[in-house]
Amino acid sequence: MRKMLAIGATKFLIWLGRAMHKQGSSTPGKIGLKIYPNLLRDLAAQVREDIFVVCGTNGKTTTNNLLCQALRAEGKKVVCNSAGANMLYGIVTAFAASAGLGGGLDADCACIEIDEASARRAFPHFKPRYMVLTNLFRDQLDRYGEIDLTMEVLKEALAMSPDTTLIVNGDDPLSFALAKQSGNPFVTFGVDEQVLDAKHAARETKEGRFCQMCGALLQYDYYHYSQLGKYHCPKCDFARPKPDYAVTNVHFDRGISMRIEGRQFRINSRGFYNVYNILAAYAAAAAAGFYLEHFDQVLRRYKAQSGRMELFEIGSRRVVLNLAKNPAGFNQNISAVLEDGAPKDLLVVINDGAQDGRDISWLWDVDFERLQHGRVQSFTASGVRALDMQLRFKYADIPSQAQENAADAIGRLLAEGTGNLYVLCNYTALYSTHLILKKLEEETA
Amino acid sequence: MKLTIGHLYPELLNLYGDRGNIISMVQRLKWRGMDAQVKEFSLGDKIDFSQLDIILLGGGSDREQLLVCNRLKKIKSDFIAYVEQGGVVLAICGGYQLLGNSYKMGDETVQGLGVVDIHTERGDGRLIGNIVLQSDLFPLPVVGFENHGGRTFIGSHRPFGQVRSGHGNNGRDRQEGVVYKNVIGTYLHGPLLPKNPHVCDYLLQTALDRRYGKVELPPLDDRDELAANRYIVKRFSQE
Repeated sequence: MRKMLAIGATKFLIWLGRAMHKQGSSTPGKIGLKIYPNLLRDLAAQVREDIFVVCGTNGKTTTNNLLCQALRAEGKKVVCNSAGANMLYGIVTAFAASAGLGGGLDADCACIEIDEASARRAFPHFKPRYMVLTNLFRDQLDRYGEIDLTMEVLKEALAMSPDTTLIVNGDDPLSFALAKQSGNPFVTFGVDEQVLDAKHAARETKEGRFCQMCGALLQYDYYHYSQLGKYHCPKCDFARPKPDYAVTNVHFDRGISMRIEGRQFRINSRGFYNVYNILAAYAAAAAAGFYLEHFDQVLRRYKAQSGRMELFEIGSRRVVLNLAKNPAGFNQNISAVLEDGAPKDLLVVINDGAQDGRDISWLWDVDFERLQHGRVQSFTASGVRALDMQLRFKYADIPSQAQENAADAIGRLLAEGTGNLYVLCNYTALYSTHLILKKLEEETA
Repeated sequence: MKLTIGHLYPELLNLYGDRGNIISMVQRLKWRGMDAQVKEFSLGDKIDFSQLDIILLGGGSDREQLLVCNRLKKIKSDFIAYVEQGGVVLAICGGYQLLGNSYKMGDETVQGLGVVDIHTERGDGRLIGNIVLQSDLFPLPVVGFENHGGRTFIGSHRPFGQVRSGHGNNGRDRQEGVVYKNVIGTYLHGPLLPKNPHVCDYLLQTALDRRYGKVELPPLDDRDELAANRYIVKRFSQE
C-alpha cells in the first residue's frame, strides 16, 4: 500500500514538474523514498537483466544516453535517468517514472548515470552488474574536497558491491589505479594511438601525475588531453594496460570516425571526449555480451543532449552552446572553438550555484591564453560571476566585456557580432541559456 | 628590473587555481615594463634561495602534502635562513600549513618547515566557503575562498586579517592566516592575488625593495580587479 502511494505521489510530482517546465527531477524521488524507503530497492530488483551505472567526472550523461540508446536499438526495454538527475533521488525518480501505478516495472536493463559522491548512497538499494568509470578530473572541489576524497568515496561504494564489474578508462591513470585497488573485476578501454599533436596537452594542469601505487612521477609516451594518455611508472609495474576495447583510426572532420574491434563507426559531433564516450558505451555493452548490431545507426542519428555542442540557427546566425564546468572540459571546449577557423564571438557564462560548485578558482587552471589567436572578434563574460570571468580574460591579455545578464549579452552579440557565436556555460547557466536560444530559434524559424 | 619567482612543487601543490597567483604576479610586473622569471621546482631539485625573490607554496591534497613533508627536511634550514633574511613567501592552504611546526592528521603528526611557530590539527568536517578579511596591512578588504580540514593555531603571532565573513584559521578566533617578517600564510585561494591586487602589489613591492633598494611601483588601472573584489565583499560581508 505504501509502495503504491509512493509511486503515485512520485509520478504525480514528475507530471507536475513537467507541467511547470522544471528541469531535473530529484524532488519526486525524495518524496517517494520518504513514503516508502524500499522503493528503489523494490523497483531495481525487478530489472530482468543488467543494471549499468555510469560514473566519472566528465562524459557521464553522453555515455549513459548512448548506452541506453544502443540497448534500446537491440530491442531492450531500458530505464534511464537521461535528464542527468544523477543523485540518489533523481535515480529514484527515473525508476518510478518507468514503473506502473501498481508498482510493477517492465524493464530488461537500467542505465543509470550516477554522481561520484552518490554511488555509496545508492548501492545499499541496488548492486549494479556493471559500472563504467569514464575519467577522474578536478571538479567542484568545494563539494568533493579533493580528488583523493572522490577516489575514497568511490572505493567505499565499490566495497559494498564487490561483484560489480568495472568498465574503466585505462588511459586515465587515476581511474585505472582505482579499478586495480578496488579488488572488483574490471575490463579496460582506451585510445590505442596518438591522435592529436597535443603540444598544449603537456602544459595543462594535470591530476595524478604521480603513481598511485608507489608515488614516483609517471612518464608518458604521449598525452591525449589532461592526464589521459600512454603512461607508465619508471619505478614499479604500474602502466597503461593494453585495453580490452580499443579505438584506432580516429579521424576528425565535421564529425568523428573511428574503428573499434574492426568495426567502423561515425558520429556527427566533434570533440575528442566523444571518442571516449562512444568507446565507453560500446565497451559496457560488449562486456555484457551485446554485439550491438545497430550501434552505427544509433551513432549516426545521435542528437546531442541539450547543451552538448548544441547548434542553433537563429535567422542567418549560428550559435553553438556547450557545457564547460571544469578545467579538463573547458580546455576541450577551447580546442573545439579553435578548430573553427571562421571569425566568431565568444560568450562565457559562469554561475556559482551549489550544483556548479561555489568555488570557481578552477577558472585559473583553464588555458584561456590559447584563445588570443583564435580569430575571436569579441569576448563577453556573463553570469553571477561575470566579473571573475572578465578578470580571468584580462590576465590572459584578452580584453572583454562583463554583462551579467546572459540574455542581454546574447541579444547584443546576435545584433552586433560576427553571426558565429560560441556560448560556453557552467552547469546552472546551461539550462536557462538553452531556453533563451531555443526561444530565439523558434521566433526566427 | 626583474623578479624571480620560485614555485615550489607545483606538480603536487596546485590544487585551487594557484596558477592564478603566478599569472597575477607575472602580468602585474609585465604591465609595468618589468620582467618576471618563474622557476618551478620539483621534489628533490636543489634550490638556490639567493636567486629567488618570491616563493610560492601552494595547496595540495593531504596525500600529496605528505609526499612533500617527507622531503622538506633537506631544504628546511635554507628556507628558514631565506625567511629570516627578509625573503618574500606566499603560502596558500596546504603550503600555509607546511610553514608551521606540525600538522596532526589523526594519529599521525607530520613535521612542517618550522618557519613560523604555529601548528595545525585536522578537525571535524571541512571549513568551506567564500571569505572576507580585513587586514591591517591594507585599507581594502581581502576576499577569497577557503576549503580546509585543518585548524591552524597561530598563538601570539600576527594574523593576516580579521574575519569579517567566513571561518578563518580554525573557525573560532575570527583570525585568518599569519604574517611573519615578509611571509604571508593564508587559507585564501580563489586564487588570492587576482581579486586582491593590493596584496599582489605588496608582495612585489617588498621583493623589489629587497632586491633593488626603494623602488617605485607605478599604479595600474585596477577597475576590473576592484569591481570583482567589491562584488564579493558586498555579497558576503556581514557587517
